[in-house]
Amino acid sequence: MAKGQIVAGCLAPHPPHLVYADNPPQNEAYSEGGWETLRWGYQRLARKLKNIDYDAIVIFTPHWQTYIGTHFLGLPEFKSKSVDPVFPNLFRYNYDLQVDVELSEAMRDAASQEGIITKMMRNPDFRVDYGTITSCHLLNPEWDKPIVTISSNRNTHYYSPEVMIEQATALGRACAKAIEESGKRVVLVASHSLSHRHFVEEAPLPEDMSKEHIYNHSQYVWDMKIVEMMREGKSREVIDIMPEFTEQTIAETEGGGLIWMLGAMGFPDFPAEIYGYQSVIGTGNVIACWDPNDETREYVL
Amino acid sequence: MSEMNEPEILFGIYCPPHPQPLLSPEASEGYSNLRAAYDECRKRIEESEADIILVYSTTWPSIIGHQIQALEKAVWTHVDDDFHYLGSMPYDFHMDTEFAHAMKDNCEKRGLEARTVEYEGFPIDTGSVVALQLLNPDNRIPSCILSSNMYANRSETIVLGKAVRDTLAQQGKKAVVVVVSSLSNRMFTEHIDPKEDRIHSPKDDDWNRKILEFFDDGRLEDLSQLSRDIHGQIRVQKVVAYKPAWWLAATMGQHNNYDGEVLAYEALHGSGGAVITLTPSTGSVGDKEFDEDDVEFYRGDRNVLDKGMLE
Repeated sequence: MAKGQIVAGCLAPHPPHLVYADNPPQNEAYSEGGWETLRWGYQRLARKLKNIDYDAIVIFTPHWQTYIGTHFLGLPEFKSKSVDPVFPNLFRYNYDLQVDVELSEAMRDAASQEGIITKMMRNPDFRVDYGTITSCHLLNPEWDKPIVTISSNRNTHYYSPEVMIEQATALGRACAKAIEESGKRVVLVASHSLSHRHFVEEAPLPEDMSKEHIYNHSQYVWDMKIVEMMREGKSREVIDIMPEFTEQTIAETEGGGLIWMLGAMGFPDFPAEIYGYQSVIGTGNVIACWDPNDETREYVL
Repeated sequence: MSEMNEPEILFGIYCPPHPQPLLSPEASEGYSNLRAAYDECRKRIEESEADIILVYSTTWPSIIGHQIQALEKAVWTHVDDDFHYLGSMPYDFHMDTEFAHAMKDNCEKRGLEARTVEYEGFPIDTGSVVALQLLNPDNRIPSCILSSNMYANRSETIVLGKAVRDTLAQQGKKAVVVVVSSLSNRMFTEHIDPKEDRIHSPKDDDWNRKILEFFDDGRLEDLSQLSRDIHGQIRVQKVVAYKPAWWLAATMGQHNNYDGEVLAYEALHGSGGAVITLTPSTGSVGDKEFDEDDVEFYRGDRNVLDKGMLE
């Protein structure tokens, strides 16, 4: 059996606004559009993934928050409706997805061997979080690949951003090992924004783009600093600066997704492909991809 | 309606959000004690003349202002993110839609951003499901659930409580008000044998017991004033503040005149879980003075960043 490999790593923010703006048949709400910079970026990245041969998407989400270890989806199928608890007016999405349970269990086992507290989630009534659904829908609207969702263990709040870096990096290493041993080709997804301060009021028409902007300039400057480092291939430095970035911008990096993904990829020193940056209700969102293949890596934006 | 157009709040309940008392009360003596305390509260609610059960849940975070559950029949099967292996929680709740809509209007009159949510399949949070399943299992009394805005601090939360009073007085409804919240909220980060459950640290336990003394003495306003200290000492810093005491005190009238009763205090995977009742009474107690201003109307965040800048 050939060694498995990570064929791409995507930073894929999950504002439900993007699914709402797309008007897919699965979502009950209807919009007049909006947030095109991010949606068009997602569409281009989705086209790239279509041309990559892969078996499964493994996604780390901050909206499955667990305090007792890291949890993995452990049943082959989940079918239900996801309603965003914060933006239920925008996101009521009927999903029907497949899980690669074999890969999920292998990653769980590898993580346990690294000393990480773990749990398989095997309750059939469990509702898959909207972060998973939003990012996966935008990266693969056909839903023709199985996924694995990994929960976010809340180390930043419980301990510190530095502990989160240690734990998420160890989890990334364990997942990479499991993927290699599985013989599968896998796309990793870190599902989150960068700066994450929201406005607490919503425009009467949420997709009214004349009302959309970053919460404040400080958030923007920090986000741009991180994007610049991604462009320059300084992923290790991104992680080094992350505790301060997370604190200063209330960043969603606190959930550990980007650390996990870059850790699994061995902190790549090649440039990230940037597909778009835009604010959503004040938060900063970048779509980025780390393509380890020198021949297919692009300079997108 | 009571005299002077004051709302009639029959009693308040403070209870924990964890699912063990609902799903696995037999797993430990502590969980069983908490379940018995919930059952006692259920009995007292049944014997009261309450028209509505009003829940403020710390496990329902909101961002766009304050969300108010308004779907008349809220039906789903809920599963907890951490404790999914304990089982599913099917629910079928009857919400007081009339109250929910009036509550939104009264929030807005006091300067708060607020909205009702009326969506089939809306994910009612673990804390609310646990509380309503145990306190009102047959939907004998309609209820309403309020979210906890993750950015809200003291002023906003106190004004939210006052909007509840406005609405109850306006509608002449007798209420039981419920706060769903842990005391100390640090859980063990590994799986444990429920029989070996205990409060995470002696410090958390000491603080919890001090808070319980205040509750027992009916000193709710004093607890409200001590919220910032409580947040710094025994709350994992997930949100900006410990808000339940602010909301409960503002909703119940901002004083210390209650008969407090601690029905149970036990560990829930390391966190402090207590079931407490507060019944309005006479005879204020307390020895503290505070200088934080009372707030009637919320005017938003004070923008200090662009003040005092050099020209």
